[in-house]
Amino acid sequence: MEQQFLIAGFGGQGVLLIGQLIAKAAMRQGYEVSWMPSYGPEMRGGEANCAVVVSDEPIGSPLVSEPTVLVAMNRPSLEKFMPAMPAGATLLYNASLIDGVTLREDIKVIAVPCNEIADRLQNSRVSNMVMLGAIRAATDAVSLENLTQTLKEWLGEKKAHMLDINLKGIAEGEALCR
Amino acid sequence: MKKLLKGNEAIAEAAIQAGCRFFFGYPITPQNQIPEYMSKRMPQVGGCFLQAESEVAAINMVYGAAGSGARVMTSSSSPGISLKQEGISYIVGAELPCVIVNMVRGGPGLGGIQPAQSDYYQATRGGGHGDYRMCVLAPSSVQEAVDLTQDAFDIADRYRNPVMILGDGLIGQMMEPVDMDRASNRAPAADLPEKTWAAVGHVPTAERPRAIINSLYIDPTVLEKHCLKLEEKYKAIAAAECRWQAEMTQDAEIVVVAYGTTSRVVRSAMRKCREKGVRVGMIRPITLWPFPSAALRETLATARAYLCVEMSTGQMVDDVRLAINGERPVSFYGRTGGMVPTVNDVVDEILKLARQQSFGAQVDDAVRVVGERLDALGKKIDAKLNDPEVVQKAERLKKQAADAANAAADGLAKGATLLAQGLNKAAQAIKSEFDRDDNAKGGEE
Repeated sequence: MEQQFLIAGFGGQGVLLIGQLIAKAAMRQGYEVSWMPSYGPEMRGGEANCAVVVSDEPIGSPLVSEPTVLVAMNRPSLEKFMPAMPAGATLLYNASLIDGVTLREDIKVIAVPCNEIADRLQNSRVSNMVMLGAIRAATDAVSLENLTQTLKEWLGEKKAHMLDINLKGIAEGEALCR
Repeated sequence: MKKLLKGNEAIAEAAIQAGCRFFFGYPITPQNQIPEYMSKRMPQVGGCFLQAESEVAAINMVYGAAGSGARVMTSSSSPGISLKQEGISYIVGAELPCVIVNMVRGGPGLGGIQPAQSDYYQATRGGGHGDYRMCVLAPSSVQEAVDLTQDAFDIADRYRNPVMILGDGLIGQMMEPVDMDRASNRAPAADLPEKTWAAVGHVPTAERPRAIINSLYIDPTVLEKHCLKLEEKYKAIAAAECRWQAEMTQDAEIVVVAYGTTSRVVRSAMRKCREKGVRVGMIRPITLWPFPSAALRETLATARAYLCVEMSTGQMVDDVRLAINGERPVSFYGRTGGMVPTVNDVVDEILKLARQQSFGAQVDDAVRVVGERLDALGKKIDAKLNDPEVVQKAERLKKQAADAANAAADGLAKGATLLAQGLNKAAQAIKSEFDRDDNAKGGEE
């Protein structure tokens, strides 16, 4: 089993963090993992993406050119990477920011209104957590327990008070995929 | 327990765990996390981090710290490493140990900031002036980057020579699980000599005379002696420190040679090709200098062709060709300027070679079968007919077939086509000759 994630969006949307949390949780679960960011002069507002490979055997290329799971947090990312997806792959896209795009019919598509849900939770910063929950439920790459534990460690003691709201975001994303 | 670490940060921590207490550098993408990490970590372990005013200054600070016997490191990326070359040459000349990290990016000039392998020549041929060598280690994963960084300090101390870690933007930026407990529990190698040569301000004695750190030898007879002594050292490094990994080479008809990042891409491509039944393997040099020529030559037992994959327009391929020495065809595939070859690109290259190889094998088989038949027919004719004219004709036809077989040995498609025609003609000629004879004898059998 090998899953190749490509997670893309604007810088500042938390796409690199989504990827790191998936990679860390998968590592905790005993998988081989790699995380490779796009790096360059881009900063907040520019394009950002990361490739995450989760596998049960040692990983060859850490780059992902044909994502089995594409996460598009904005429209340019969707338009750029959707054509490269193999048939049967899974697309999760941020329906709050992407509208009126012709989607491929040979892939599994999940619309996640990340920003609307985050606004409803009264914390716009957890929009990436909503997406993370949806990814977890849609791919089952990692268990919810491992993801929660990973998030707890990442937040540390200083930000422990943020755990609840982040978990709420994840739960909302999960609910969309049930 | 394993931690998910970025290549650059993992290398910095590995260096500290190996006893590195001095780091001098100047920022450049894509290795900035190394100095960033060092700036935070060095004060915690009582070491010294200093951001120099330039790469030239940084390498000369390394020169100074190394001269005092300290474990010291600097890191940069391609254009910055070019600036350090003068200092590296001095350090080799003065016989001092240090570790230099080069997270290669596209060039020439300022080039770009994406991963490349275009500094292979510079790293493996010395880089600076003066006919020198240094051990070059090329990690292909974050764990290996950690292991090799720690080994680099030992190798440098063992031979009093700089060691270079040659990564690229991808190795530096990628995160992978790393066993840092192993790194922190690792002791320096047991065979390392005491640094009695270090200039530490000691009072000179008979056992430990005044230490002089120097790379200037005005008298050519003295300098030649010095250079020959260095050469002995390089020979010792070549004999003892060469490293490589052989993957699936046992039955490999096609052997791919790749290091660092490209070896990861090749590994994925190899798996896809193996699924299609192509016998492909890989030799991954871990030391680029010394180059694992002997390991590569071992694959000659099964290999029909070699493919070198690099993120350059072709540099290591020269070393592959020197090792194979014309005994098999060596082809090259590369992307450059910061582009990384895709898995599918490499699959296509391997399949292309496999098709050529299997065509060659089919031609060989056809030649053998037709040759055997011709031989049998010839014998039959010899046995049946003692007519010198027919014998002569048969000999001529056999020679024609043999000539065609020789042409086929080249494995050229053109030769093969001509051969097929030639053989066909020869076979037809013999057959009609035979038929005619049979008819003439009036069905003797």
